[in-house]
Amino acid sequence: MKPKVAFFDFTSCEGCQLDALNLDVGEVLGLLGAVDIVNFREVKTDRSDDYDIAFIEGSITKESEIPRIEAIRKQAKVLVALGACACTGGVNCLKNAYTADELLKGVYGECASYYNTIPARPVSAVVPVDAYIRGCPPTTSEFLKVVKAALLGKRPDIPNYPVCTECRIAGNVCVFQRGGTCIGPVTRAGCDALCVSSGRFCWGCRGLVDDPNTNSAKDVLARYGLTLDQILERFKIYNSYSEVSQCQK
Amino acid sequence: MPEIKIKVNQLTRVEGHGNIHLEASDGKLEKVLWEVTESPRFFEWMLKGRNYDDVSTISSRICGICSIAHTTASLQATEAAFGIKLTEQAWLLRKLLYDAELLESHVLHVLFLIAPDFLGADSVIPLVATHGDVIVMAVRMKKLAYNLAEILAGRKTHPITPIVGGWSKLPDADALRDVRERLVKCLDDAETMVAVVKSLAPMIPNFNRPTEYVALKDSKEYAFITGKIASSDGGTFPLEDYQKITNEFCVPQSSAKYTRHARASYQVGALARFNLSSEQLLPRAKKAAASLGMKAPIHNPFFISVAQAVETVHCVEDAINIIDRLLARGLHDEEVKVKPRAGRGVGIVEAPRGMLIHDYTYNDAGEIVSANCIIPTGQNHASIQHDFDALAPAILDKPVDEIRHTLEMLVRAYDPCISCSVH
Repeated sequence: MKPKVAFFDFTSCEGCQLDALNLDVGEVLGLLGAVDIVNFREVKTDRSDDYDIAFIEGSITKESEIPRIEAIRKQAKVLVALGACACTGGVNCLKNAYTADELLKGVYGECASYYNTIPARPVSAVVPVDAYIRGCPPTTSEFLKVVKAALLGKRPDIPNYPVCTECRIAGNVCVFQRGGTCIGPVTRAGCDALCVSSGRFCWGCRGLVDDPNTNSAKDVLARYGLTLDQILERFKIYNSYSEVSQCQK
Repeated sequence: MPEIKIKVNQLTRVEGHGNIHLEASDGKLEKVLWEVTESPRFFEWMLKGRNYDDVSTISSRICGICSIAHTTASLQATEAAFGIKLTEQAWLLRKLLYDAELLESHVLHVLFLIAPDFLGADSVIPLVATHGDVIVMAVRMKKLAYNLAEILAGRKTHPITPIVGGWSKLPDADALRDVRERLVKCLDDAETMVAVVKSLAPMIPNFNRPTEYVALKDSKEYAFITGKIASSDGGTFPLEDYQKITNEFCVPQSSAKYTRHARASYQVGALARFNLSSEQLLPRAKKAAASLGMKAPIHNPFFISVAQAVETVHCVEDAINIIDRLLARGLHDEEVKVKPRAGRGVGIVEAPRGMLIHDYTYNDAGEIVSANCIIPTGQNHASIQHDFDALAPAILDKPVDEIRHTLEMLVRAYDPCISCSVH
């Protein structure tokens, strides 16, 4: 029996699901040969509530999404958070700086009472998560790596060192040396420093590395005359749910 | 006649969450609703206080399918606010990236999401066995669009290199040459896609509801990221006056706002563009339209996907032309200088599914004071509802499954980006 796989979307842009399947023909056929996709609303009509592995895209931002994710957790043997919104809360948590009332009245005016919202949160803030596929969006190769590990009942080999390591390997000039600010020193690698290699900087979309060297990060800020506030503003774009983002100067 | 109750919870093969709800008894329609249940994310509030350098990064996350469209609209809004004009090279690259967006999105919609409706399949997966050649071709076309975007923007979903005033990194000329060869072959694929659509066309429901069509229109070219706002009911409008067209309002069954202009609703998207600008299509796209018997104006919303197939040919032709121009003039490093200033800027582009608006007001420090985004699918929700109102009574005598399927197909024809429309 092939394992049954389901995809579910919560509050998100739904880019992760489609990007995860940006595969070559051989990879598509390989994946379809290894698993049965039984639930994937964005791509297929027939659905089944009998599945083993659930991929969750998006964060939780409405009361009604809580019982839905709890039911999925109850059914799934393995629950995988797919993408930044599911893993860290992602950009969705930027709205948590405002009250529901401010947001609803601000956007919908007199019709605010038609709608509802709660503070956005990652999936792990509501139910236990077994594996994470990080990034906004995640890379296809990491998606395949995690799927293979899940099928083998193993832990995927995801880097637990900062983006700086991959950035050096890519031969980039350090963003701080170019006069910019960068979240790379505390962000979990695995993207091959794609944004810095593309002439920009790291926004931290893959979340914090497990044991960030905060003292060293502070030294970097001091060396380049930057304040904690300056770096936190950018850190919060993807990680405002994290307790680190609450830290004061 | 028996009582009919149809409730489709979370319609499939569309982006985002929407329901269809129909009730009828004694052959009389009591209710037919297109309900949008997607959670609002409040992007306009997220953008407040953000520095211009982070704005398109955040706002591209409104949508995972049309993130290049959001990036482009966002950059053009900021550039309008700061009074920045792009160099010719930066502009050509931006248009080329846009062709990648249209190519990928249209192939995904027409061959992966719509085709199963016509072939009696629940998804593209069983079609691998029955229509392998077409699926392999569709995967090839999608992959090409991804690669073109990767060469230009670092990646297709949530592009990295397009920045306010230009590019953070230029593409490699050899990579452009390689991708040009694949685009030339892709012209044949795009024409095969048109032939596939033609073979399915006899199954398109015969339903016509003339309405107002709104799209960008340019005097020089088939407009995607240029021009002014135009309406088929008459008149053109400067970008800054978009609110005279959109007139947003709320309805209880939708967390996305509705819009209306000259009539109770208007339509945006590939068919609106075709109806307003078909004479400006590039030669092979024009030929493709003729082979499909398409002549503007067309009032059948199911033809939106057919117009997308024609546009697919157009954007492949356009991409080849732009690469030729870029290679002929050579790629040169250009310094990007941005001087923020207080003011308002409006950026409007034609996303694959219609007119997309970003409107920002900045302070002197280059931080957003207020933002407004209006999404194509937001503009189409009222049109979908009015199509339902006209279509449902005409098909009530059909079997329930057929009624349900026809209404589902109608929504899918619009290629809705529902979470994007709620944002």
